[in-house]
Amino acid sequence: MKNIRNFCIIAHIDHGKSTLADRLLQATNTVTEREMQEQLLDDMDLERERGITIKSHAIQMDFNFHGEDYTLNLIDTPGHVDFSYEVSRSIAACEGALLIVDAAQGIEAQTISNLYLALEHDLEIIPVLNKIDLPSAMPEEVTDEIVNLIGCDPGDVIHASAKEGIGIDNILSAIINRIPAPGGDPEEPLQAMIFDSVFNPYRGIEVYFRVFNGTIRKGDEVKFVNTGKFYEADEIGVLKLKQQPRDKISAGNVGYLISGIKVAKEVKVGDTITHVDRPCKAVKGFENVKPMVFAGIYPVDTSEFEELRASMEKLQLNDASLVWEPETSAALGFGFRCGFLGMLHMEIVQERLEREFDMTVITTVPSVQFHAVQTDGSVRHINAPSEMPEPNTISHIEEPFIRAQIITKAEYIGNIMNLCIDKRGIIKNQIYLTADRVELTFELPLSEIVFDFFDKLKTLSRGYASLDYQPIGYRQSNMVKLDILLNGDKVDALSAIVHRDKAYEWGKRLCEKLKDLIPRQMFEIAVQASIGTKVIARETVRAMRKNVLAKCYGGDITRKRKLLEKQKKGKKRMRQVGNVEVPQEAFMAVLKLD
Amino acid sequence: MIGCLETELDARKEYLENELVETIYFGGGTPSLLSIEQITGLLDRIYKLHEVADSPEITLEANPDDLSQDKLNDLFAAGINRLSIGIQTFDPELLSFLNRAHNRDQALACVPGAREAGFENISVDLIYAIPDEPAARLTSDLELISALDIRHVSTYCLTIEPGTAFGNWEKKGKINPVDEEKAASDYISIMNHLRDRGFDHYEISNFARSGWQSRHNTSYWQGKKYLGIGPGAHSYDQVNRHFNIRNNAVYMKQMESGDFSPETDLLTETDHINEFILTGLRTRQGIDMARLMDLYGIDLHERYGDYLENLRINGLVRINDGLLQLTDRGKLLADQIAEDLFQLPAD
Repeated sequence: MKNIRNFCIIAHIDHGKSTLADRLLQATNTVTEREMQEQLLDDMDLERERGITIKSHAIQMDFNFHGEDYTLNLIDTPGHVDFSYEVSRSIAACEGALLIVDAAQGIEAQTISNLYLALEHDLEIIPVLNKIDLPSAMPEEVTDEIVNLIGCDPGDVIHASAKEGIGIDNILSAIINRIPAPGGDPEEPLQAMIFDSVFNPYRGIEVYFRVFNGTIRKGDEVKFVNTGKFYEADEIGVLKLKQQPRDKISAGNVGYLISGIKVAKEVKVGDTITHVDRPCKAVKGFENVKPMVFAGIYPVDTSEFEELRASMEKLQLNDASLVWEPETSAALGFGFRCGFLGMLHMEIVQERLEREFDMTVITTVPSVQFHAVQTDGSVRHINAPSEMPEPNTISHIEEPFIRAQIITKAEYIGNIMNLCIDKRGIIKNQIYLTADRVELTFELPLSEIVFDFFDKLKTLSRGYASLDYQPIGYRQSNMVKLDILLNGDKVDALSAIVHRDKAYEWGKRLCEKLKDLIPRQMFEIAVQASIGTKVIARETVRAMRKNVLAKCYGGDITRKRKLLEKQKKGKKRMRQVGNVEVPQEAFMAVLKLD
Repeated sequence: MIGCLETELDARKEYLENELVETIYFGGGTPSLLSIEQITGLLDRIYKLHEVADSPEITLEANPDDLSQDKLNDLFAAGINRLSIGIQTFDPELLSFLNRAHNRDQALACVPGAREAGFENISVDLIYAIPDEPAARLTSDLELISALDIRHVSTYCLTIEPGTAFGNWEKKGKINPVDEEKAASDYISIMNHLRDRGFDHYEISNFARSGWQSRHNTSYWQGKKYLGIGPGAHSYDQVNRHFNIRNNAVYMKQMESGDFSPETDLLTETDHINEFILTGLRTRQGIDMARLMDLYGIDLHERYGDYLENLRINGLVRINDGLLQLTDRGKLLADQIAEDLFQLPAD
């Protein structure tokens, strides 16, 4: 056990985490050149394309250092705020963390919040200044930032370039010398924490765990403490480039478990594995993952509903944080109300449905969960505009707030303040990390950052801003349900819950957008936005005046028929609302209001 | 080329399965360039190969500049009894804008000339929806048509296709695109003007005085069998459509070598249904819904009841004795309505 080191990597997107991980795998001969693939750990296509790690993974390296054999377990962490709970569990499974900072960029908000998580768990932090070879590198300034944050000695900061292979040996020796060996007692009752799981279509769910105490053996009867479910450990092992089965995994080590679990929901990150006949206490910090953003997902082709259901079920096998229930929309037919960890998670689910399952879907206006406080004080959860009660039947509405940390250059403070105030935010704090870099703290309604907040933030700061946030509970807000009507028929899929002060602007812009997206039809179309029965905005799509070609003799008939058939096919994807045909883009229009 | 046409006539004699030939049509391109001998030769061939009705309609498409008085006399003598003249307009400026070979005088002269030669059945083409033209042009053309006592008018809406001279002009901003509103109001003017003068609006783009409707074109819309001869010609045997190759040289080579087979456009039942809807809707008679039911088992009322009722309330269609007919406003949207009533072909 004294020769085991468990560590994770904390880094901002693009700061070089995956490249550094690759170098470590090469330096320890865990992978051969031939097996080397760029960004080896990110093995989903989508991950590689987006350059981020969506799901965390783990890999074990063997390393001989000064004549002694060491086992290094690298536990990868997802790098996006949507997945902060998973990050916290990965951190809890480690004794140390590599803090990778881009020498040209400096520390970003997400890195800081993960760093704080690591410090809370008493992890030994090894700061690494990456991309030191870049001409734009600012090693002194960024080192100052790091020293200010973690209070280390400037000499502790390792200079590296993962791309060029610089500093890799120093990092490996720091992992062995500075990160403490794990504690725990192999003879105690088994206490292992699940930090990840992966769906294997042939073998069921693979559970990744860290053993804190005791020993798990092949064939053991085990129990997951929080779900209360029992399993037999059909196979256990360690995670090299490929899985290697073992007879036992003891305190301090990291491994995988296969026991024929079919449903990802049964495997909750943070849950504790113990023995049925000699149970332990649960590992602290377990939470049921709660969705933060809700949206409807509908098949573009209404006849593909069952296919969509099957795809969602398969998706859920390896994405336990995705929750959904069937939902019906007058405009879109049968679909699902889905809960996501955040906007990125929502985009990923949508993209995976399209790429892995070849589904084309419409996603409706994303919403957060509102609370409708009844006159008797009880609370109803509102996950969709359609669930919004009549105002006179409730006491008030509450909406979730977050505390956001934004790190940016000093020159963009003004822009960002304006943005946050426009998003109903309140500034709480402003700290200069260096003379030029500032951390701003705001309290904002979550619903305001669900939309284009991050894009706007990036634009207003020319890319020099990073964002992290944590939920801070519910607050009373004057929210209203805004409906869109086409020729007097309500389009349920376009309704949204918005703050009263913003409803007029929202309605006006949405009507304008829809006017452009809805093609002219045989009748005039009134596009209206309303709160209750009060119309607050209106646009008109003029009627089509003339749609007839003069000539239709002999061979023209076939040509013309084919043309019209083709057009009709193109319109098959349109949705009928009353007598109005609405193209799919219209349902996405809300996402692109600017 | 004429030899090749005769070869094709011989080779495809069986296509019409001994049906009585009611109409003959020389059209597409500029058949008025044919010599009288060539026309006579082709007609003789047709008479030799097929049984032709007692009083057939024999049309020739002609440009005014080809129609000298001698030519007109000869054509009538050769047996042509209907002329479809590509006048388009009598306006000199518009004629040059459209790049037509004839001038106003030729356009004005050819109609009385044809009548003098013996032609009573004369159709002219009339163009509309010209961007930026003076408002009076169309009215003045329509008045001349009445004054010349023309019995049949085919209307053409200017369409600007990419890759054509107009297309390039439009791209460069030299001309404005055809405005939908202008096209609609021109079309309404034509309908009102011609109907006021006793014309029957018997198909979307065709107007005729009583008894002077084109029998040939009507048979297309009624789905009758026809044989088309020559490059790019199409034929219909009431099951499928057949297309000849467009390229003249390749066509002639095929005819000379005997290695000739028109391309077949296989029509599915859905295609037949959609063509029935498309052509029916364009005619004054409208879609014979009972016949659609008899032939294909399609009940428009059942499938599109709400839709049709909506159109009816909005004054776009009327239903008369089982016939679904377009109103004037509906005629402006005929393509859209046809598309809406189409059956979707299976993939």
